[in-house]
Amino acid sequence: MTVLQKKTHNPIGHLTPEDIEQIGVELDAIRQSVIDTRGAADAAYIRKVIATQRKLELGSRAVLLVSMFPPAWVVGTAGLAVAKIIENMEIGHNVMHGQWDWMRDPKIHSTTWEWDNASPSEQWKHSHNELHHTYTNVIGKDNDLGYGIMRVDEDQRWVPLYAAQPLWNFVNACFFEYGIAAYDLELGKNLATKERRQDPDFRARATVTLKKIRNQMTKDYVIHPLLSGPSFLSTLGANATANLIRNLWTHSVIMCGHFPEGVETFERRSIVGETRGEWYLRQMLGSANISGSKAMHFMTGNLSFQIEHHLFPDLPSNRYQEIAPQVQDLFRRYGLTYTTGSLPRQVASAWKKVFRLSLPNGALRRGRGATVTDLPTAPAREHAAA
Amino acid sequence: MSLTGLSKISSPSPRAPRPTLRGRLLQLAERATSPLLPADYLDLFDPLRPGADLRGRIVEVHPETADAATVVIRPGADWAGHVPGQYVRIGVDVDGVRQWRAYSLTHGPRADGNISITVKAVPDGLVSTHLVRGSRPGTLVHLEQAQGEFVLPTGGGKFLFVTAGSGVTPVIGMLRNLFPVADSGVVRLPRATAYDIVVVHVAPSEPHSIFIDNLRALDAAGLIRLVARYDDEHGVLDVDDLETLVPDLDERATLACGPGGLLDALQAHHDSRGLALLTEQFRASTLVVGEGGTVAFTGSGTTVDADGATPILDAAEAAGVLMPSGCRMGICFGCVLPLREGAVRDLRTGEVTTATPGETEGRGVPVQTCISAAAGACVIDH
Repeated sequence: MTVLQKKTHNPIGHLTPEDIEQIGVELDAIRQSVIDTRGAADAAYIRKVIATQRKLELGSRAVLLVSMFPPAWVVGTAGLAVAKIIENMEIGHNVMHGQWDWMRDPKIHSTTWEWDNASPSEQWKHSHNELHHTYTNVIGKDNDLGYGIMRVDEDQRWVPLYAAQPLWNFVNACFFEYGIAAYDLELGKNLATKERRQDPDFRARATVTLKKIRNQMTKDYVIHPLLSGPSFLSTLGANATANLIRNLWTHSVIMCGHFPEGVETFERRSIVGETRGEWYLRQMLGSANISGSKAMHFMTGNLSFQIEHHLFPDLPSNRYQEIAPQVQDLFRRYGLTYTTGSLPRQVASAWKKVFRLSLPNGALRRGRGATVTDLPTAPAREHAAA
Repeated sequence: MSLTGLSKISSPSPRAPRPTLRGRLLQLAERATSPLLPADYLDLFDPLRPGADLRGRIVEVHPETADAATVVIRPGADWAGHVPGQYVRIGVDVDGVRQWRAYSLTHGPRADGNISITVKAVPDGLVSTHLVRGSRPGTLVHLEQAQGEFVLPTGGGKFLFVTAGSGVTPVIGMLRNLFPVADSGVVRLPRATAYDIVVVHVAPSEPHSIFIDNLRALDAAGLIRLVARYDDEHGVLDVDDLETLVPDLDERATLACGPGGLLDALQAHHDSRGLALLTEQFRASTLVVGEGGTVAFTGSGTTVDADGATPILDAAEAAGVLMPSGCRMGICFGCVLPLREGAVRDLRTGEVTTATPGETEGRGVPVQTCISAAAGACVIDH
């Protein structure tokens, strides 16, 4: 039984097991149509994006060498922020998903890629590709649900700590890359006991992360400011601002993927013996898209097509847009809700949920929260303690 | 040692401080570009510069016959040169996928510093067809330094070349180096007088024989003796006929390049007579794609029997091999390992991925072991 099945309206109640398997067959066919046409144009796309991003970064950093002049500061900071966003999202995230592995180019491959982010790619791939994408929205298994510091579902027991979760969420947004590194290391769990703290595997992983953080900080906060000479302080500020913008942007986009109203969560027991069709269904109900312009899709790394991405995490990101209408049609035919909305609307919706769940169930006497009366489930308790 | 390699050797710096400064600057540059390397940015502007991964740019593609073309490539600055007859491994992107193949260098060192390969489009030949019909000047290709022991011994002597089909290409490289062809005709170099060469060239039929004009011109000039044998005209060559075609066979050292069957027959023939033979085979033996097969792991030395429906990951783990793994459903790419040799089938799509040693970059074609089943015998680098 899933968490969603306890709600007054079960969004999948009308589907027979045959329907669910048929959904799987249809989605497999969509996936195959992309694989069959994957080729030189896609390869040219990612190479162009990578080349453009690197030139933008070089250009922005060159302008920042004279960042003491305000126009240079503004242009350089904006360019660097955009370059960092593209590097993290359309390039890093997607390359590390193996979306471009089919090109057999060792320089653009999930096994060799390293990104401009605090979390080392090896650790991020484990927590993101393996845990988050396999156990999407399963409470207690998917740490992306609240990153272990927030209450994201009515079924999680409320503790007073959660009253401040809007603040935690904002702080996490500002320092998002370090938040990701901390949760890829499962710091909350691994710092809890002496035994875990001294675990050699954990210590080895922590060392790698600290080295990565040191390298990235040396680059942005020592080397490039030094190269700027008299513009040392203003370049330092520019790089910090670019990182802040990147952190806020990526946090907002990622929050839109699984937090807005309408996105379902699942109980740990519900995925035992899950079929391929049921797995697809969970991805369909557990993700939300963002509507907007082509530029917006690009700047989100096409994570604005979160539903398509979660169904087919290894298809090249530039193809999600073209299959979205087929996926949306499938939702319509099977009577499922394709959750989507503009970026401001989805961000607001996700923040609203963060605020609502910071209070105990029913405190606001409105919304879905008031209808859920069940006692907390075992996975939810464990999650709350993590 | 390659003839042109000498010019590339830089004299070692006598003083210590210079490399230290250079080293420091390099370290600073690396800190400024972390997690990437300075090279990742330099490659955007000059992929053929000294110090870059070895690449080349296609300068010219000109047809030789209906289905063969010569591709002229400007190699990167670190190209160390070659000896005629050596081959070069080239990585080209076909339909967006990097493919590596070996081709003979069909010339001696050229004045313009370029290198060239002559490619015959073979049926179902992904790369050869692309190079002959789809490659365009300006395209960047990936290279490895020239290699191969199949080169003409220096100092002259009596030789027999046995070439079949496109196996003529390394031999053409040697002959062009020995007998350069200028506009005025073949140039007679003093060092070439020490060679007495017979070429037995075999092809299915005359028009498909690439470089035959070259060989005929050398024959007409009295520099070599050409024995052309076309299957449709003379029947398939029997190696025992060589004694008739080349009466002084016993006095010659034989160099042969062609398909495996011919080379095996020649080896047996020459072994029984105690004659010297040097062979070169390009095309690897045909890959057999089937259902299931043995999966050998190079690191542990374990070999596992896997059926066509079981993921290699499961089969390996069942046999006690420690495998990297993740989601076990083809999503996370945590289980990817290089397939060095053989074929695997994607259990979701039925798509077959093959790997032939020498035709992949690095240690093999990376495959997801959790959704790949053996499709014939496989070797996995793990």
